[in-house]
Amino acid sequence: MTLGVEARPSAAQDGPEIAVDGVAKAFGDFTAIQEIAFEVPRGRFVTLLGPSGCGKSTILRMLAGLIAPTRGTVSFKGDRVAEPPSGMVYVFQQYTKSLFPWLTVLGNVEFGASSPHAARRGQPATRQECMETLRLVGLDAHAKSYPWQLSGGMQQRVAIARALVARPEVLLMDEPFSALDALTRESLQDLILRLWTELRLTVVFVTHDIAEAIYLSDEIVVLSHAPSRILERVAVEIPRPREQLATRESAPFLSLRRSLYKMVVGREDAQ
Amino acid sequence: MKNFSERVSGFAVLVGLLLIWELSVQLKWVVTPTWPSVSTVLLAFWQSIVDGTYLKEFGSSLERLAIGYLIATACAIGIGVAMGVWRRMYMLFEPLVELLRPIPSPAYLPIAILFLGIDNAMKVFMVAFASFFPILLNTVAGVRSVDPVLLDTGRTFGLNRAQIIWRIVLPASASYILTGMRISLAIALIVTVIAEMVAGNSGIGFYILSAQRSFQVPEMYAGVIALALLGFALNKGFIAIESRALNWHEGWNATST
Repeated sequence: MTLGVEARPSAAQDGPEIAVDGVAKAFGDFTAIQEIAFEVPRGRFVTLLGPSGCGKSTILRMLAGLIAPTRGTVSFKGDRVAEPPSGMVYVFQQYTKSLFPWLTVLGNVEFGASSPHAARRGQPATRQECMETLRLVGLDAHAKSYPWQLSGGMQQRVAIARALVARPEVLLMDEPFSALDALTRESLQDLILRLWTELRLTVVFVTHDIAEAIYLSDEIVVLSHAPSRILERVAVEIPRPREQLATRESAPFLSLRRSLYKMVVGREDAQ
Repeated sequence: MKNFSERVSGFAVLVGLLLIWELSVQLKWVVTPTWPSVSTVLLAFWQSIVDGTYLKEFGSSLERLAIGYLIATACAIGIGVAMGVWRRMYMLFEPLVELLRPIPSPAYLPIAILFLGIDNAMKVFMVAFASFFPILLNTVAGVRSVDPVLLDTGRTFGLNRAQIIWRIVLPASASYILTGMRISLAIALIVTVIAEMVAGNSGIGFYILSAQRSFQVPEMYAGVIALALLGFALNKGFIAIESRALNWHEGWNATST
């Protein structure tokens, strides 16, 4: 697999950051995940792509330690994940439900800074660092507002800032932009790419949006309908930095989009 | 402005009724010692304030009300959170609660007297027991309504169960809990007065009843008015605290529906 031009030298040095080994998940009689294995190297942007209801979020929740697999193991830095590990933060699709409505924007960010996971990763972020993180996501002017006073895109930025102050190495993002309008979604895609580069994060991203998956990722894990299995792992060899117009209009982007479309939607509908 | 004029007209009805009351005595529409004029009642009211009667009687009423209410609040929130969080606790206590809750509080007064006598302990128990259920039921409903995404958010930041309850479940269900507390505050006042009327020798309930028994009719009416003002003040005070504690809630409600 070839890496993008901006791939960091650290990426290949040690073992995988996250390893998924023979993982299956059943809810009662319903098999959600058949059996999957993949690994996420450190510093990589990996996207789980698949149709709605295919179990992408279930996989992400198992990576996060929110639910346990029925079979197989998930490990983070070589340790088996049983509980949500520190160093990993989850960004939910439903930002309106994930932010604390009784806290201000700054209060929400400070929640992340004062969380047990943040405490386990050294000196907790001060109020000033929280403000700087808000500046990083462009919301320093709204520190005193309540989340529900902001637009959807701004709310998701708050959730991202709250995640960042816990000093994670890994961001798990569960369709974080799917409820947003197209323009807001694109600006947040660029924001997350910028943060990923600047903060040297590892990102595991879930989406059903093929173009979004290509635009963001180093690697795309394509999943089938439930019971879910891995159809293919696709390396995205499109150079970085990526740009909304130029990248999306480039030939490699379009041809990858075409082949992923066939894979996800199924060959019979793809003509 | 419209709101202001509506308030004024509501106040005018009150003043009008008092005026009719006064006239009914002054113009001798009603002539009986059980129906004194408003001015006599207000005079008795004023004298009871000045000579410290209300301070003493309301003091002892409010003290037992406060103790009973606080015990009820602490127990109801604690048990309510446990019942809301753990299904097993809910299944264990739900039938008992459903059985005890509909009993009108005066009905268990004789039992309370049997076990606790007629002193303060009985009255505090009565207040606590009657105030307990509205807070409990609201707490359970509030805790159960907390969105699972909020709980998962807490877990991904490494909060343990106690921290999730303290930092997420309690604030998220605060509006339910405070509603229960407001309902219980009114009940606590009712039960305090009933318990004082049935047994004892202090408190505003005792005072009103003994005024009636010794034919101090203006003092009796004045006591009822004082009680009305107390109930009004307690409710207003609570609403002020509630809206301060939940200043986020109104706007959040408006946007989340």
